[in-house]
Amino acid sequence: MSEATPAQTTGSGRSDLIGIFARFAPLIFLLVLMAAFAFVEPRFLTPLNLFNVLRQVSIYGLLAIGMTFVILTAGIDLSIGSLVAFCGLVAAAVSKGGLANRFSVGAAQDAASYGWYLAAIAAIAVGIAGGFLQGFSITRLKVPPFVVTLGGMSAFRGAALLFAAGGPISGFEPSFIWWGQGKIGPVPVPVIVFIAFAIVAHLALRYTRYGRQIYAVGGNPEAARLSGLNVRAVTTSVYVIMGFFAGLGSFVLAARLNAAEAVAGTGYELTVIASVVIGGTSLFGGSGTIFGTVIGTILIGVLLNGLVLLDVSAYIQQIIIGIIIVLAVAFDTFAKSRRR
Amino acid sequence: MSGIGKGFPGVQALDGVDFEVMPGEVHALLGENGAGKSTLLKVLSGAQQPDRGTISIDGKTVTLNTPLEAQRCGVVTIYQEFTLAPNLTIAENVFIGREPGNGIFVNWRQMREETRAITRRLGLELRPTAVVRDLNVAEQQMVEIARALSMKSRLIVMDEPTSALSSAEVEKLFRIVRDLKAQGISIIFVTHRIEEVMELCDRYTVLRDGRRVAAGKIAETSVDQIIRAMVGRQVNALFAQRESSTPGEVALEVEGLTRRGNAQDQNATVLSNVSFAVRRGEILGIAGLVGAGRTEAARAIFGADPFDSGRILVAGQKVDIRSPRSAIRHGIGLVPEDRKRQALFLALAVQTNLSMAAQGRITRWGIFMDEAAERSMVEEYRKALNIRMSGPEQLIANLSGGNQQKVVLARWLALRPKVLIVDEPTRGIDVGAKVEVHNLLFEMARSGIAVIAISSELPEILAISDRIVTMREGRVTGSIDRDEANGERLMAMMTLDVKAA
Repeated sequence: MSEATPAQTTGSGRSDLIGIFARFAPLIFLLVLMAAFAFVEPRFLTPLNLFNVLRQVSIYGLLAIGMTFVILTAGIDLSIGSLVAFCGLVAAAVSKGGLANRFSVGAAQDAASYGWYLAAIAAIAVGIAGGFLQGFSITRLKVPPFVVTLGGMSAFRGAALLFAAGGPISGFEPSFIWWGQGKIGPVPVPVIVFIAFAIVAHLALRYTRYGRQIYAVGGNPEAARLSGLNVRAVTTSVYVIMGFFAGLGSFVLAARLNAAEAVAGTGYELTVIASVVIGGTSLFGGSGTIFGTVIGTILIGVLLNGLVLLDVSAYIQQIIIGIIIVLAVAFDTFAKSRRR
Repeated sequence: MSGIGKGFPGVQALDGVDFEVMPGEVHALLGENGAGKSTLLKVLSGAQQPDRGTISIDGKTVTLNTPLEAQRCGVVTIYQEFTLAPNLTIAENVFIGREPGNGIFVNWRQMREETRAITRRLGLELRPTAVVRDLNVAEQQMVEIARALSMKSRLIVMDEPTSALSSAEVEKLFRIVRDLKAQGISIIFVTHRIEEVMELCDRYTVLRDGRRVAAGKIAETSVDQIIRAMVGRQVNALFAQRESSTPGEVALEVEGLTRRGNAQDQNATVLSNVSFAVRRGEILGIAGLVGAGRTEAARAIFGADPFDSGRILVAGQKVDIRSPRSAIRHGIGLVPEDRKRQALFLALAVQTNLSMAAQGRITRWGIFMDEAAERSMVEEYRKALNIRMSGPEQLIANLSGGNQQKVVLARWLALRPKVLIVDEPTRGIDVGAKVEVHNLLFEMARSGIAVIAISSELPEILAISDRIVTMREGRVTGSIDRDEANGERLMAMMTLDVKAA
């Protein structure tokens, strides 16, 4: 949505440059990072590795699309990691032919199993239901999003552990697994799913009335209400959208791992929120783009991949990610104050 | 201050302005919005640095890099939006950041007593331990002044100090300003109300387009001269008078609107049996002091706040209004009093702001925005309302207050409402834009819209209304035709509970 990007249309010299730089900072940073990795480690730039990076980020990316909607309304969703685990188990159980057959293998599995599409629908339906429940609590019970989704984080994880009853569910039929491990030409299927939904989300935010209303509610909820917008419905809807993407993401994740387990998705919320924020979406709501989120997601993926290629320990990777999140927000705040 | 220059991207906000204040004088700083007043104040208070020019205090050139440095030099600015901490007490606010004590523990008794001494000096009866949240706007302003005094300031800058005050409170503020002056403290007084300048100030400076266009002694000038300097053209009267009109049938009727309890007090009477009617093509003014319940009545009718009992009838039919959405469906619009907080989406474009309420009319299949239709909607109202902007994609934050207000009015006109309530439609906008907004209201009434106008400026209410309803403490205290109304009569109806004859 061009009118939501913070860059000024009028302006001169220095502040104009800062504005343009702030707008494209994530992209510039991504390109610099890629150039640096390519210089140090030639393996980085091979198509195989690049598609690998994209495949790795596509599940985070799907979740980050949903999270962008939530953060645009100045909300937050901490529950997605747990919801992904729960939805993934639901998809797995449906694929295996229901709760009773969930640990069956071989002929018994073939006899009972349902198609991948039923598994996907079930996961998404559970995700949407979970999102709606949280959106409802936020708008009707007037509990802040942080608290509601912190509760959701615990509750969905508990539900997942209960549902899994101890063990992972694994071994799906090939048409299910294709969604996580398959390729169309050289392009991994999860990457196609991610990019397709990113385009749909971009169009929704940029060109629809609903998209306008999300920016309005995030920018000034009181003015939105007094302009006749249904603020409660819009706010609830973004958590439903987040739930949809949690369901979809869990399906692709289960397909990729050919397994679903109750501890899946742990810590996803941080990586996903980081991707959105690094992509330039304001935590205070009202400004941000899907394009930024896509760049932010890829940026984190590239960073992790490059660090792995350079043999940097996983612990240090976490420290670096943490520092980058803080720097991204600090830069955003700095750029905004300069433009005033 | 001499030769002050300050440029921003795209504008030269100040262009070599000279400005001087004598000890112990009240100096009016005047100018339309965008004339450079705010920038000059920011430079003076250390919030912004000038590109050129010098500032001298007592003949010594100083550099004011931060508000703190300005305060040390004895310059304190009281902004329109107060900077008090609402959960702290008066004493804590007065001494915030400078608490007396030994560096670790605060000497509460000393703090209370010094606060009491200062408030006495202001002639106020306020407990130093009262929590600021519980004070009204006027009292909060006094706390700001007390804070300025406690800093031993010699120059207090007051930015639009009277805009949120009732007439009685304004009188009190004036008395305090005169006392301060007698104590040798200089005041810079920024206001849009020229009558106040004539009454209170010793000298004046008028800015226009970042330049000083007039300055001198108040005693040697006139309202007309000052207005002419401000707008750069001849303005005959303060406001254009509404021509007489013949209103049509009743568009909106309110019967016995009652609401009890607000955030602070469960039993407070917010609205008590409020009844009035407005006809098509009529401008009904609602006058009253701050806190009289005018805004609360408007918000209740518009569904923004709930009410306990009473009926609302649109075109004779009882309607059930529970939210702004349902009010809009019944053809009622509201331009709220606080533009920035309640009406504008500052991060969004002019175009998005303008079409916000009427989005439903410019979509394809109810889903996609029809941007071509939106642009032509914006263009239509840009022409009709004379909105000055660089283009529909310009951020609304970069328009002047008057143009922002026109966009908000256009937002409602685009919906073609039957009833439009405007709450303080010209607050914080310059004289030229005020006249334009008044003409727009006349135009709306002529097109058959029933207009309800709330204003704290009596001259404005008198100029634009066909009929005026007065309110006090949540009740309607009278109704009077424009021809019979004058300032004194309205003031009496607003303050004394006399029924109009």
